[in-house]
Amino acid sequence: MRFVDEFRDAEKARALSAKITSLCEPGREYKFMEVCGGHTHTIYKHGLEDYLPENIQLVHGPGCPVCVIPMGRVDDAIHIARQPDVLMTSFGDMMRVPGSGGNFFDSNAEDTNIRMVYSPLDSLKIARQNQDTHVVFTAIGFETTTPSTAMTVLRAAHEGLDNFSVFCNHVTIIPAIKAILDSPDLRLDGFIGPGHVSTVIGCRPYEFIARDYDKPVVVAGFEPLDILQSIYQLMLQLTEDRREVENQYARVVPWQGNTVALKAIHEVMELRPYFEWRGLGFISHSAMRVREKYAEFDAERIFDMPGVRVADPKACQCGEVLKGVLKPWECKVFGTACTPETPIGTCMVSPEGACAAYYNFGRFTRERVKEAAHHEHV
Amino acid sequence: MSTSERVSTRTDQPTDREQQVLDRIDKARRRKPKVREERVTLAHGSGGKATQTLIEAVFLDAFRNPLLEPLEDSASFPVDAGRMALTTDSFVVSPLFFPGGDIGELAVNGTVNDLAVAGARPLHLTAGFILEEGFPIEDLRRIVTSMTAAAETAGVQVVTGDTKVVQRGKADGCYINTTGIGVYEHARELGVATARPGDAVLVSGPVGEHGITIMLERGELDIEADDLTSDTAPLNGLVTALLDAVPGVRAMRDATRGGVATILNEAARAANVSVTVHEDAVPVRTEVRGASELLGIDPLYVACEGRLVAIVDGEQADDALTALRAHPLGTEAAIIGRIGDDPPGMVLLNTAFGGTRIMDLLVGDPLPRIC
Repeated sequence: MRFVDEFRDAEKARALSAKITSLCEPGREYKFMEVCGGHTHTIYKHGLEDYLPENIQLVHGPGCPVCVIPMGRVDDAIHIARQPDVLMTSFGDMMRVPGSGGNFFDSNAEDTNIRMVYSPLDSLKIARQNQDTHVVFTAIGFETTTPSTAMTVLRAAHEGLDNFSVFCNHVTIIPAIKAILDSPDLRLDGFIGPGHVSTVIGCRPYEFIARDYDKPVVVAGFEPLDILQSIYQLMLQLTEDRREVENQYARVVPWQGNTVALKAIHEVMELRPYFEWRGLGFISHSAMRVREKYAEFDAERIFDMPGVRVADPKACQCGEVLKGVLKPWECKVFGTACTPETPIGTCMVSPEGACAAYYNFGRFTRERVKEAAHHEHV
Repeated sequence: MSTSERVSTRTDQPTDREQQVLDRIDKARRRKPKVREERVTLAHGSGGKATQTLIEAVFLDAFRNPLLEPLEDSASFPVDAGRMALTTDSFVVSPLFFPGGDIGELAVNGTVNDLAVAGARPLHLTAGFILEEGFPIEDLRRIVTSMTAAAETAGVQVVTGDTKVVQRGKADGCYINTTGIGVYEHARELGVATARPGDAVLVSGPVGEHGITIMLERGELDIEADDLTSDTAPLNGLVTALLDAVPGVRAMRDATRGGVATILNEAARAANVSVTVHEDAVPVRTEVRGASELLGIDPLYVACEGRLVAIVDGEQADDALTALRAHPLGTEAAIIGRIGDDPPGMVLLNTAFGGTRIMDLLVGDPLPRIC
């Protein structure tokens, strides 16, 4: 299949793998963080770690939109959905994220009407068809999905819809990366930059990582060869003692980002003073809210919000996993109390979550994979 | 004319005119029953005249066979001594009509295939309908007609049935349950638990077409794939061809909900073996791959309705492949993997990219109501 197979060529992967290995200094350990959950998913789905030498470790970052949603926000969403004549919409990933009293599926089994949509614009269609209900779109995601929520609000305003609003949970990636860089318990050698987010924000916002923290960044695409190539570029920078922001995903990511999308975001939304991230705690200026100008489309202003902060379950170590301090399997409840069927933490919910990806694809040590692959040949 | 005169005329000699009317009524009674309504009403499920009309004019008319025709409470037929197979399945697919088939064809093929892959020869089916008030009679006819055609292709008959009508909003148009009975004409013990290291895993054709077709047909995704149709088909002919040619068939499964990956996980657990699948050996149509990429799902987990997975003695893998490919439904069959012993209970995927990973059971249904 065109535009896919070229990026999954095993022969090219072997060549890149050899080049990466040749750049490894003997006895040195390398830790690179892939910030984006989409990368985590690709790494596990294609078995990419089989191509990496033992001394290169990939650390999974905080860039999985549902993984960083704190329980209190799930409870708030369910609270809104329980109001009379409210129909809520959200992305499929959100449906299984546990709140303190269950997830969206559980609340639907009781009394709410929360529907999955593939695009926020579908919520407008539902609002037009159900004039006597109020449709609330529970918006989540990094800058990748924020523009589509902003466009949806603009469209609703243009049409004069009076039965639609957004429960905004959009977060921004840079403060999260900064929080990780400032965290004392993690030593990283570089970042695989988030490709999709960068299509919107561009590459310039990462420049502080190279300049102030002396770490290389390579913005990468989502096919397995993209990631291997970006690891090669990171290794090359370290070998040549450079610290720069490079764009491996130039076929999609413009250096300056998408100015139209950024304009739409800033028209509709503004930074919150602070926002709670699951596992990372409160981070200032790390999330978006709807501007006063569009108050009539802001569910947080329309409904009384409990806004109660709910502590994560004690056993859950999502925070450490999100920061990359722990590998998923190092968490106390991984695979025992916390599984994809009964997730305790959010990292086990989304297919982009590090724990779910590791559980579904990766519960298998590299050595055993090699043994098994050696035995089995068609 | 007074009343008494009229009564007396009826009991004695009917007038010419009255006789004409009576004759007409009598003729009407004998006439083939006809459903005059355009939509199903609650009366059609009441058990009265409307029900009878619906049964005779729609169901009996299409399914007509000597076992069904007496319209008794049970179909009655003689059996030979031996082993039989019994299976049941309910169909709630949405939409009811889709490229390559409809709920009726699916309801026949699904049950025929459950019998066939168990190694039995399908004989008779039952058909239970739950109809929503307001369902168009014309659609019901279409469904029943395609069931008849599917049954004929598979060489089975619908020998008894049931119809219920529920209020508008209490069902989604039409649900069908079919139960099937089959006979074993051989003494082989088939089952995924009999898989052993060295066995080969085959699929009879490209995977995932049914599930993706249904998903796209719902139109929720604004993705179009013109050439994509459901793979629904009766597998009993293909099964017979395989069983006749290969004595070392250990197990067959039709890859419905959960797809090929789910079946292989069941096999790995039941037989306490490992299964290694080679991703680039799995036949997948480009349209299915493209849509799966966009939707973020793996075609190995997507349902087929006319593909089987076979586990056969490794020594006879090539014979099995030849036998499958010689049949019209198996021209694109392929050997996709091997059974091993380590790690027991697990399915591994050698990715086309060259990595190896686990292929586990899915949590949740990525594509609801596809059958």
